[in-house]
Parts: sequence; structure tokens; C-alpha cells
Amino acid sequence: MKAVGIILAGGNNDKLRELTEARATSAMPVGSCYRAIDFSLSNMSNSGINKVAIITQYNSRSLHDHLNSSKWWGFGSKSGGMFVLAPFLSRDNNFWFRGTADSIYQNIAFLQRSNEPYCIITSGDGIYKMDYSDVIDFHIEKNADITIVCKDMKGMDVVNFGVVDLDEDGRVTEFEEKPLEAFSSTISLGIYVIKRELLIELLETIVPEGRYNFVRDIVVRYRKRLNICGFMYDGYWASINSVESYYNINMDFLREDVRNAFFARGPYIETKAKDEPPAKYNANSQVKNCLIGSGSIVDGTVEDSVLFRRVRIGEKARIGNSIIMEGCDIGNGCVVEYAILDKDVTLSGGQIVRGEPGNLKIIKKNSFL
Amino acid sequence: MRKKEMLAMLLAGGQGSRLGVLTKNKAKPAVSFGGKYRIIDFPMSNCINSGVDTVGVLTQYQPLQLNRHIGIGIPWDLDRKKGGVTILAPHMKDGEAEGHWYSGTANAIYQNIHFIDAYNPTYVLIISGDHIYKMDYSRMLAFHKKNNCDATIAVLEVPIEEADRFGIMNADVDDKIYEFEEKPPQPKSNLASMGIYIFTWDVLRAALREADKIHDDLDFGKHIIPMFLEQGQALYAYRFKDYWKDVGTIDSYWSANMELTKAVPEFNLYEDFAKIYTSSDHQPPQFTGPDADVKTSLLSEGCEVFGSVYNSTLGPGVRVEGGAVIRDSIIMEGCVIGENSVIDRCIIDENSIIGKNVKMGMGENVPNKLKPQVYDTGISVIGEASVVPDGVTIGKNCVIHGVTLPEHYESARLESGETIELDGEGML
Repeated sequence: MKAVGIILAGGNNDKLRELTEARATSAMPVGSCYRAIDFSLSNMSNSGINKVAIITQYNSRSLHDHLNSSKWWGFGSKSGGMFVLAPFLSRDNNFWFRGTADSIYQNIAFLQRSNEPYCIITSGDGIYKMDYSDVIDFHIEKNADITIVCKDMKGMDVVNFGVVDLDEDGRVTEFEEKPLEAFSSTISLGIYVIKRELLIELLETIVPEGRYNFVRDIVVRYRKRLNICGFMYDGYWASINSVESYYNINMDFLREDVRNAFFARGPYIETKAKDEPPAKYNANSQVKNCLIGSGSIVDGTVEDSVLFRRVRIGEKARIGNSIIMEGCDIGNGCVVEYAILDKDVTLSGGQIVRGEPGNLKIIKKNSFL
Repeated sequence: MRKKEMLAMLLAGGQGSRLGVLTKNKAKPAVSFGGKYRIIDFPMSNCINSGVDTVGVLTQYQPLQLNRHIGIGIPWDLDRKKGGVTILAPHMKDGEAEGHWYSGTANAIYQNIHFIDAYNPTYVLIISGDHIYKMDYSRMLAFHKKNNCDATIAVLEVPIEEADRFGIMNADVDDKIYEFEEKPPQPKSNLASMGIYIFTWDVLRAALREADKIHDDLDFGKHIIPMFLEQGQALYAYRFKDYWKDVGTIDSYWSANMELTKAVPEFNLYEDFAKIYTSSDHQPPQFTGPDADVKTSLLSEGCEVFGSVYNSTLGPGVRVEGGAVIRDSIIMEGCVIGENSVIDRCIIDENSIIGKNVKMGMGENVPNKLKPQVYDTGISVIGEASVVPDGVTIGKNCVIHGVTLPEHYESARLESGETIELDGEGML
């Protein structure tokens, strides 16, 4: 294969409130049976990349737990593999990763020991299905130094993204992170292709200068010196950066177009096998417009919601517009609306958990109400 | 090589001809069960859950689907450097002018003595890929060792009036077997053999080598067990008291699936221990649409349901279009049920497509005309990768296999008991 992959999965986002208290954003459960990182990891594998580094830092335990074996994503080959890289101490280094570029720099041996000509860098919290080999082909054809995957968000408010401007040749002329005023509706999706040797060279230049951020200190700073091109992508893409975006991404899977984009044909998004039995609908269940995870048993009413694995919905319970994560147990007669129940929440009979659109109620992991 | 205390030999070569068209292209152990599983998943999972990490799977009849399903054993954690799963198909041996098929259950083991010897086990577990049950074989092994057995046979206590359908073990108070009777007209006991044996390997090895010279269809029940009794070997019955089902007929297969949809089934798949594992290529979530109605059913990963499903099991990736109604049926992996079709008491094998406005399972309960002994309980069966065109009405005990077209149906009907089997079409 022509490229190695790097997935930046160290990030945390306090806009996700209680949900990322105990997990990295990349480990957020998505779409009934996945973790956010499954999407970039499967994209890597499905694009023929067989060597991938996952750089973790913040709250990495649950992420490491999810990544306990490379075989679920097909990385168990002799010539490749899945390398989970966490910060470490050594005689001349006792820092945490000080930024995205620094996190790669501190693991530069991974790049030095590879011989693939290209490197594809993504974050672990994007939800999309993409064949990275198209981006690499584009990169080669454009003779680019760096290729950024971009998307035209058409009228959406983009001030929370990296906004780019491209000239007619597809060259990036402007790039600003979270601009005060957006000068374009095209954003960077945080997916980059770069020559491996160029990446090593840039990192060895900037990090000793005290510059640690890949976007600010490489992409923005070098945008005039290097040939940086934008690859336009127009499929479904979303990233988890707030409670609202997290909720909306899960609800997006109730849309036929989104499900078809991911599931109608292969290659598929892979995840760790959990070996749950089929979902069970009992005699009084009423389920409308929902994703139901395997191993779940439903006795009550569930509408417009996403249920993860091993969820129990008791008799006469009513769930609406909610996300119920793995292992939750909803007692008889409970009412849950506009809420996110984190993993292993138990609601005893008759409990009412009620949020409202725009102000979702979050119940922390392992809570008992 | 490090010694393995016990390895398992799983007999998976049987056709299971009483399952009719369901086993036309695959061996019985590869038939789907309980939505997402295949029958062989149960003994395979039992092995790993009992700590048996070396399993030889003996295949013969239509093994391709089975081979694909087992792969290198990843779902069962049987992808091992030492041991793991090995598929054992009949093969030619030195000095033979031609190869020999496995001619009987014990002959199949005899032909693989070298495979077993390579692991130098003390005990060998013999199981088959035909039954639905959860069993801890390590407890049976402990029983075998405690009693210094040469052979231990797992038995189930069946109602005495049904005992004449089984191989019956007559045992003394210590459960030491003194007599074995195959389907006795006047059973003396109700201990039915489950076809699960533990043998002390050197004893079995010697017996296989001796007996295979005499019998050319060497079988455990017919030859080895009687021979052990005759020679005075220590044979014990190990009583198993849990769920165990032989799903060898269309009706027993259908009933066992239906039983799983009950609120509290006799066989519980939802326990956290001793899980059943299966291979799932990909696992998209299961979606139930805005106008769907699903009750008393099992739905596997990747199903998309827009119609109604009652008392049924759906395998992975089944699509039920709007207005369709499925009742008391088994719909296997990858099937599509078209708009406004009604499916009543049917078994639809993998990757079949049922058109729109089809009605299945209608009319009189007339046994199938070609195979009345296989299809006689009103259940219609659609074979693997078949197509049923829009708007046809199909009766009870019907069999359809192949890509059928409107011209195969007289006035858009297939009367109860009729069969359409198109050879060579719709095959994988």
C-alpha cells in the first residue's frame, strides 16, 4: 500500500459535558453499535491501508478497551498492524502530547520505520465513509505537498470549523481555524494526505521551535510555501464536537439516506464483536422509527430513538427522541424524553427523565435512579 | 508439541435430509438458527466456553458454506497458534488407489487418527453439529475422570413413551452402562444418548483400529459402544438436565425457532455467561421504521423493517417492505419481503427475494406431494437464493427453490402441497 494511517484520537471536548468525563471523544458510542473511531479505522482498512497508528491521550482507557484486538478491522497482518500509541516517559521526554503535531513527533519512529510514500492523517471523531485511496490518487495527480479533504457546507454556520478557500485549481489559498466571520462555506474535514518524508521533515523543523499544532503550525503557516490542495468530498460527514452534534449524528441514522450511505452496500463499518443475541421484541412492544441494538429486549414503547446493545425497556415504559446507551435498564412505566442515557444506567420503575429539544437531559454512566 | 488434555472432534458431515430444501446446498450444521446463528455455532461455542481450544470439524456433505462460516475460527476464539479449529475433509492416504468417504461416524474419526495423535490428547470429545444446547464439557470430563471411565456418554432423560425413538442406555444405580439399545420397542430406561461422547483416547484408538477392519461403515452407536460393552470397558452415562433439541425435521426446526421468541423461552440466549458466538461479516444496526409493528419476534443486526412482524425470527440484513405482514415464520439472512406481501408459517432460506403482494402459506393443509414425509405440518419452505415473483399466492407445504418467474405459477397460484424446484438456477 502507498500510505500509512495516523488517527488522532487523543482529543477531548468539554462541550460534550458528562459524556466525555470517562472517555475520549473517539470512544463515543454512535449509531447503536459503533464507537466514533470505528468509522476512520474502517475507512483506513477499507481503503487498503494496512498499517495504522492511533494516537491516544485523554481518557484513553475505554478507547484502549475497544481497540483490544486489531482483527475486527482487519489489521492483523505481518506487514502492517494497528499501533496504539499513548504518551510515555523517557530520559529526554516527560511531556504529555502538547498538540497534534507534537503527538506525531513524539512517535516519529512510527513514520521513520515505515516505507510507504504517503501518510494519511485523520481524527478519530469523524462520522463518514470515505475511500482514502481516491484522496491519495488526487494528491498524486495534483503533485500536492499536502491535500486537505474539504466539504462545502452550503449555508451552514461554519465558524466552528477550519474554513478554507480554494482557487479554481483546487489549491488552498486561505485557511482559518474558527474564523470570526466565515469567508467561504468550504471547511476542512481534518483529513490530510502528506508525503511521509515531508511530514517527518516538517515535524523535525517545527517542534524544536516550540510549535506543536498540526493545523496552525503546518497547514496555516506553510500554506504559501507548500502546494496545499483541497479534495472536495460531498458525502455524509459529521464530527462529534458538542452534545447537540452528538445527538444529531445519532438521530441522522434514522434517516434513510444516511443509513443507505453507510449500510446499503459494502465496504462496511466494522466494530468490535460483542456477540449479543438478536434484539427481542416482546408481545406489547411498540417500536417506531428506531435503531435497536442487538441483545436488547423491548417490552414498552420506543419512538424516534437510538438504542444501543443490551438495553432493557420495561413494560409500559415510554422512550422518545432519546439515546439509550449499552446496558441501560429502563424499568416498567418509566418515561424518557429528549435524553441521553450513558452506559449502564438503571431507571427503577416509574422514573421520569425529561429534557427538551435543545436542552437534552444527560444521565451519567452507571447512574441508578 | 504441547499435550492437549482433551480435543474435540465435531461431526459436521451429515446432510440432514429431513430438513428438505434447507439442506440442498449446505450441510445441516450450516443451517441458520435463532436469527443470527447457525446450528454449528452451539457446539463450537460450547467447546470454547468449556475450555476446549482444539476442534477438528469433520465435513463431507456440501461443506462450502460451512467452511466459509468457520473460516479460521475467529468468532469462537479458535484462531490459535497451537490448536484452534481445523476442517477435516476426507482425503487420500498413502497406498490407496482411491480415496474413501467417511462411511460412518467412527470411521470418520478412524480416518483422522493422525490428526488427533499430533496433539497427543488424553481424552477425545466426540460431538455433532446437529443439536441446539449449551453444555459445559469440562464438567462431563470431570465426571469421566472421577469414574475412571473408558467412555462417557451424555444422556438426556426423555419421557419413557418417547424412548423408542432414541438410542437408549440401560445403566445401573451408579449410571454405569450395561446395555445399549438402538430405538428399542420396549425401552427399559429413559436415558437417551445425545451423541456426545468422551473417550480415553488410547482406548478408543485401539478400538477404532481393531473394529475398522471388521466394519466398513464404522459407527459409534452401532459398533463402538456395543464393542466396548462386550469387552467390559468402563462406560458411564452422564446425565444432562438442560435444554437440548434435535432440530432434524422441518417441524422441530420451526418450533425450536418459534420457542425462542417467547417472553421467557426455555432456551435463554440472553445470559451473560456461556455466550453463543457466530460469524458476522458486518453488523449494521437494526432499524424499525415509522409505520412498522413488531411483536414477539427476534430481529438480527442489519434488519430494516417497514411492515409488520409477529412471532417470527429474522436473520441479519432482512428487509421487510411497507405493508408486508410476517407471521409465525423464519426469515433467514439477506432476504427481502416485498410490499404488502403476507407470509404465514413459512421458512425462507438465505438471500431470497419475495416480490410484492405475494401471499404465502394460504389454503388447505395438504402434505407435499413429492415429499409428504418431509413437508406435512403446513409450513411452506423457500430454498436459498430463490425469487418469488409479484402477486402470486402460495399454499401450505409448498416448496420453491430457484429464480421462479410468473410463468411457473398457473393463474398466479401454487396450490398447497406443490413444488417448484429449478435446478441450477438461483444457486450460490
